[in-house]
Amino acid sequence: MTNTTNTPAPQSVEPAAPVRIDSPAMRVAKEFIEDPVAVIGLVLFLAIAFIAIAAPWLAPQNPYDLAQLDIMDGGLPPGETSFAGDVYWMGTDQQGRDMISAIMYGLRVSLLVASVSLGLAITIGTIIGVTAAYFGGRIDSFIMRVVDLQLSFPAILIALILLALLGRGVDKVILALVLVQWAYYARTVRSSAIVERRKDYIDAAQCLALSNRRIMFRHLLPNCVPPLIVVATVQIAQAIALEATLSFLGVGVPITEPSLGLLIANGYDYLLSGRYWVSLFPGIALVLTIIAINVVGDRLRDVLNPRLQK
Amino acid sequence: MIVYLVRRFGQSLLAVIAMAVLVFVGVYAIGNPVDVLISPEATQSDIAATTERLGLDKPLWQQFGIFVGNAVQGDLGTSFVYGRPALNIILERLPATLELAVVALMLSVGLGVPLGIWAGLRPESIAGRTIMGGSILGFSLPNFWQGMLLILVFAVLLGWLPAGGRGETTEFLGMQVSFLTLDGLSHLILPAINLALFKMSLIIRLTRANTREVVLQDYVKFARAKGLSGRRVVMVHILKNIMIPVITIIGLELGSMLAFAIVTETVFAWPGMGKLLIDSINLLDRPVIVAYLMLTVLIIVTINFVVDVIYSLLDPRIRLSEMRG
Repeated sequence: MTNTTNTPAPQSVEPAAPVRIDSPAMRVAKEFIEDPVAVIGLVLFLAIAFIAIAAPWLAPQNPYDLAQLDIMDGGLPPGETSFAGDVYWMGTDQQGRDMISAIMYGLRVSLLVASVSLGLAITIGTIIGVTAAYFGGRIDSFIMRVVDLQLSFPAILIALILLALLGRGVDKVILALVLVQWAYYARTVRSSAIVERRKDYIDAAQCLALSNRRIMFRHLLPNCVPPLIVVATVQIAQAIALEATLSFLGVGVPITEPSLGLLIANGYDYLLSGRYWVSLFPGIALVLTIIAINVVGDRLRDVLNPRLQK
Repeated sequence: MIVYLVRRFGQSLLAVIAMAVLVFVGVYAIGNPVDVLISPEATQSDIAATTERLGLDKPLWQQFGIFVGNAVQGDLGTSFVYGRPALNIILERLPATLELAVVALMLSVGLGVPLGIWAGLRPESIAGRTIMGGSILGFSLPNFWQGMLLILVFAVLLGWLPAGGRGETTEFLGMQVSFLTLDGLSHLILPAINLALFKMSLIIRLTRANTREVVLQDYVKFARAKGLSGRRVVMVHILKNIMIPVITIIGLELGSMLAFAIVTETVFAWPGMGKLLIDSINLLDRPVIVAYLMLTVLIIVTINFVVDVIYSLLDPRIRLSEMRG
């Protein structure tokens, strides 16, 4: 749906409106900003993404450089002044680690895992989904059986099985997330591609004797993108939550590269003794990220839904 | 009908076999299976004897046959930690998980359906919007984080309810249960709410969407025109018609409740099979992990099978389309 304006859209044939027709991307953007909540969500998400990317330059300290930690500052509540005179606005953990810095680095790991697995899962799911829809028949029914089989098990159970067997590690968590998520994309792409498949332009392309691959990826796929975007926003929020859950359970990322989920788990032991901040602030960061993505996703679903278009 | 049953049963069997292969490949083919299956303290001669006994010198497909053969007889290995058959240990923990799941399911339906109807009847009211907002939070916030907030508020700050454990249990139908004693009940409330919140949010959204559609139907207008009380219209005419999709979802989500229970049990130190799984992963007690996975897969596949069969009995269109497909 990212056609440029120089190709005349079919609507322009109608004589009624001499108005300039926006590209689909422009129309989506214009409608998107009509909802202030969605704009706040988008801004919040962009800010979080920026913090995650720029964490090494923004964070007051490197929370994993032991030389920068002072054990004298261990377990300070939010707003306390450190031994050296800095203020810890979100307190410190047992090792005297500034929680703001830890959260910034944690966001980095959380978003990295979620976005890499998102990219891989979309690629794999899309190729498989378009293949199923384009060829149909036995290939289609076999692929969809596998998809149905996988979706009949809870994602967290499949991820747990894999990680229990493979052990901890950022790469292993990504592998597990890709394996539980590709099926959603495959199903989404397949269901919209199967509708597009019957349309005349695919027949026309086949009459031109274009290669199957060209028709699948240049003609069929671009028309299946909108529902894919909606599923992707839902799934990236799911991926972040799932990674956090796995890390919380102790089968996710390793101690050396803690994500938000692992930070929460580390602080969990202190929660009962009243040192809530070690766990609470990473949790708030996690929740804000997920809500921001969900708000954006909800709005995109409304804007991209052809049935609700004016 | 028989064609459908056989077909559907075949699919279920295939699902169990596929998961068995996955677990088998994971445990036996990745890494050295002897490390995985024998405790680290074993001597060299123990290792040789076990390799021989487990047939690990045989080709992989033969080993798979042995694994399946033992599994079918209920032998899924012996726990390193407890020194007893892994399956027995899990079955001992099953009642605690079942109790939690059943109470959570009752909570999510008992609260979710009325709240959903309320929000569906008055979608623009403050109460309706609040319910919807709450349900969005309910399924977008990670389960373990909700549980921690519950502990922070009700156990740490207010001190009303215990933060973990199962409390006093009594015997009920041959199982140890918590809900019959006051102490047990107080331990049960928070984990049950935690496990229920996600499903409750789903049920609220589903009920609300269905209610909004059903209210516009002619038979509801007619019932109102007849002068029936608003209460009767809701309880009989609306409720009956929204329950079919809700029941389907409840059936399908029952299986995933077992998986979600892993998280809730870990947060609240609830001694069920989910907590056992996480403990076993941390202690590298692989036979228990394998036994847990096989048992859970079997339970989920069985639930899905039963739900599909019941649903096809309720709605003939499904079994007809399946027979053709």
